[in-house]
Amino acid sequence: MIDHILSILIFFPAVAAVFGFMIQKDSIRAYGTAVAVIEFALSLWLWFAFDSNAAGMQFMEHIALVPAFGINYILGVDGISLFIIILAAFFTMIGIASLTDTKNVKNMIITLLFLQMTMVGVFAALDAIVFYIFWELSLVPMLYIIGAWGGPLRIYASVKFFLYTFAGSLVMLVGILFMAYFYFQATGVWSFAILDWYRLILPETFQLWLFVAFFFGFAIKVPMFPFHTWLPYAHGQAPTIGSVILAAILLKMGTYAFIRFSLPLFPDASVFFMFPIAIIAIIMIIYTAMVAYAQEDVKQVVAYSSVSHMGVIILGTFALNVEGITGSIFLMIAHGVVSGALFLLVGVIYDRRHTKMMNQFGGLASVMPRYATIFGIMLMASVGMPLTINFVGEFLSLLGFYQQSHILTLLAGIAIIVGAIYMLAAYKKMFFGEVTIEENRNLPDVNKRELIALIPLTIITIWLGVYPKPVLEPINNSVESIVQLMHDKSQTEEAKSRIPNLAGKIVISKASQEEAH
Amino acid sequence: MLAPVNVSLESLNLMTLAPMLIPIVGALLILVIDIIKGGLDKTMYVVLSMLFLLMDFGALVDSAAAFSADGTVMGVFDVMLIDGLAILSQFIIVGASLLFIPLALTHKRFHEYSYPEFFALFLFMISGFQFMVATDNLILIFVGLETASLALYTLIAMHNRDKAFEAAVKYFTMGALAAGFYSFGAMVFYALTGSIEINQIATVLAANNYADIGYVLVGVVFMLASFGFKLSIVPFHTWAPDVYEGSSAAMAGYMSIVPKIAAFVVAMRLFEFLIHSGVIWLEVVLYIFVVITMTAANIWALVQTDVKRMLAYSSISHAGFVMAAILIGTTQSNSALFLYWILFSFTNLGSFSMLWMSRQKHLPAHQDSDHSYDKFAGMIKTAPVAASIMGLFMLSLAGLPPFALFWGKLYMISSAVTGGYTVLALIMALNSAIAGYYYLKLIVYMFMKEPVIGNDGHVYVANATLALKSIIGFAAVGTIFAFVALNPILEFVTAFVYNSGY
Repeated sequence: MIDHILSILIFFPAVAAVFGFMIQKDSIRAYGTAVAVIEFALSLWLWFAFDSNAAGMQFMEHIALVPAFGINYILGVDGISLFIIILAAFFTMIGIASLTDTKNVKNMIITLLFLQMTMVGVFAALDAIVFYIFWELSLVPMLYIIGAWGGPLRIYASVKFFLYTFAGSLVMLVGILFMAYFYFQATGVWSFAILDWYRLILPETFQLWLFVAFFFGFAIKVPMFPFHTWLPYAHGQAPTIGSVILAAILLKMGTYAFIRFSLPLFPDASVFFMFPIAIIAIIMIIYTAMVAYAQEDVKQVVAYSSVSHMGVIILGTFALNVEGITGSIFLMIAHGVVSGALFLLVGVIYDRRHTKMMNQFGGLASVMPRYATIFGIMLMASVGMPLTINFVGEFLSLLGFYQQSHILTLLAGIAIIVGAIYMLAAYKKMFFGEVTIEENRNLPDVNKRELIALIPLTIITIWLGVYPKPVLEPINNSVESIVQLMHDKSQTEEAKSRIPNLAGKIVISKASQEEAH
Repeated sequence: MLAPVNVSLESLNLMTLAPMLIPIVGALLILVIDIIKGGLDKTMYVVLSMLFLLMDFGALVDSAAAFSADGTVMGVFDVMLIDGLAILSQFIIVGASLLFIPLALTHKRFHEYSYPEFFALFLFMISGFQFMVATDNLILIFVGLETASLALYTLIAMHNRDKAFEAAVKYFTMGALAAGFYSFGAMVFYALTGSIEINQIATVLAANNYADIGYVLVGVVFMLASFGFKLSIVPFHTWAPDVYEGSSAAMAGYMSIVPKIAAFVVAMRLFEFLIHSGVIWLEVVLYIFVVITMTAANIWALVQTDVKRMLAYSSISHAGFVMAAILIGTTQSNSALFLYWILFSFTNLGSFSMLWMSRQKHLPAHQDSDHSYDKFAGMIKTAPVAASIMGLFMLSLAGLPPFALFWGKLYMISSAVTGGYTVLALIMALNSAIAGYYYLKLIVYMFMKEPVIGNDGHVYVANATLALKSIIGFAAVGTIFAFVALNPILEFVTAFVYNSGY
């Protein structure tokens, strides 16, 4: 069974969702929670069985799908994808468990389970077409969640979300087909397997074009400036659960795909585009931070801050060295936990007051002390305070990029201070001062159902902030092998010098490990 | 004195005619039965037609086996040409007809099915299309085309509504014009080469090295216009939306599939050798036509208020998409054409059948056309299964993986990539994104809006019978699980196309 754990992780929620149609309406919540708990337990089992010293793919599965055209169902997991899969299972679990009363709760839960299938599928797929299938399929449940349960502009927001991402992905599809064609020309066999593609060394001009094609798909998903305009709408209109999953998992697909596809397939192009992308990332960090400061709506503040942090992830990824990429992957998980938690927290207050405008609040700290405490912790984590989860990721990302450019890293560092300003300002507006609005005086504090979601997130935030090693180590091992692959494949002088050669270092660290034993 | 002609029956290879003769026999039998005993129920004719189509299918399987064993077979004074293209397209024609004919078994009574002539004409039409694809003789193509078209005009008119008459007359007028163009084009080619067989024309033209390129272009212009009408290529598409709207939804779905595959095969036979022998002008014109057809039809589809008209424009856009295969002209692209059309016939027939199932006899006050978007508002609340299936077909048409049409699009765009048409590949991809919007519009109505007051969901299944439901279920299963059957289909299609020399 452990050999097929990835297939089980992907299709168990989908099968459960199909059976979910038969369940009576009042019992569906318990059913959904049970399924999600089992799924989460399976993902923990995956972690337990995962060999964190191995850098390569594990639990590989291989089934021929369309052999005539080189499409195969290939799955596998390494240190990079492992924790994102666990995160996806975790967020679906707490999302369903803490789901507030919604209309059509049955449809919602079935949709969430389908969404979970696509999320795990994206991170486990090792065939470009299978990856693309799950990547595109993930749009449909999200479209429905935003469009059916969202705010007044929900239809506009959901269609914009869908079309934006769909258009980007189709450009990526052309890139995928070109990549497969180049592989066909080089070897005489059609193959869409990513691991096969890793072995292919392309001329630099081809790399540049393909990099751009893939970039459209990924950048819209992340979303990178200037393609980010769909996100504030989607977040603004989506129900709480939609925002949580969107921010915590779906956005990570873009950054994950950069690491899985763009960097190892096109190392020279990655170096070529390093500074342009870094500049976009820094614009994204600073600009969205300033926009966040100007927002009246607390959910928009969180949404823009989420975009801002995605900028740091991109920056770390395009540091192209082990520190930067490891940091960016860790930050993906951290950002998932923290922004997911912040959206949940916004949802808590929205359920009570049915408004998200910050001027409607004030002095909540005295009314809802527990809520204010958890919000405070998450806020500190979001601005990257040491000993919280975000700090580790941001620090490593910036450290990685510092080796490439001092000035740009300094700019990004300043932006993080801006991040502290707007977050603290928002906190002040909501929680401090006198209670001025009468309705706020008797708001109930967080209840049990909400605590189920919030307490584990708080624990993770602090635990991984203090002791990140269990997560960092497997990530680090896989990243080292990818960076080495990039170094070996790169052809230009600049790329060779920008991407570190780890061949000696890995041997040394292994030797020292053995000595230590 | 004419010398007596001595031909052995053996060399005529009359068996090549079998697949076409079976529906003709069936049609005649239906007419005879009606003469002997009139007033029989439509169910009898439906089942009888299905039996003949099944027999036809069996005969095709037989010729497919013969083709894989011995390659291309010629027959009847070398007029019949049974190659891979002919067999593949006949499979699509007969298969789609098999899916179409049970749609006559509606819950409500419709005018056309009470006439046995409907079924006889239907079978005549099928044999017409079969003749059209199984020859490279320009005259037999013309005969097949006209047999089929005349039958089709009548079938449309038999729907017996004002709009249906309008549609039939419109289609007839345009079809007559196209036939005129076709015969003129054929005449030019005959004048140039002294032959009416496409492969002979190709040989003669190549032998004198395209010396009369000006006349060739004149012939090509007429042929292009003629097939432009048949394939509803922009700017010859103007009839399509009105005709689709006027005919019954089932017939519209049928028209978007079967006549087009027949025309595609002929276009493939005629245009590809011209493109390959360096008629640059044709390549440029086809390129422009393909791009305009895809893009313009997509943009028109965006602004439609009626689902059936939207689907009509979407079919035009799909035809443009597939026309790209003829422009690219590699084995991969030609296989992609057949693959695409097989998958498209499932999906498109399914979505038109969903409209057919919700056909009302009288329009309620809030609706200004048979299938306006409003009618489908909030369908998920009142008829969840039907809404999900309709949503599925829409997602498949939009090219969302892993549903059927995605694989067609994938292979088609890939053939553009390998054929060296990079810009075209990008245009095709982006057009799929534009198309996403109007398919999504229906999904938005079905899943995200509130139902119109007084709509209890019965309207969506008003016409449902077991036969209709099975057809739709069949199409839905085919759409979802296309990836399972993809590899054998792809290998089969590629082998047949490759062995026919395309």
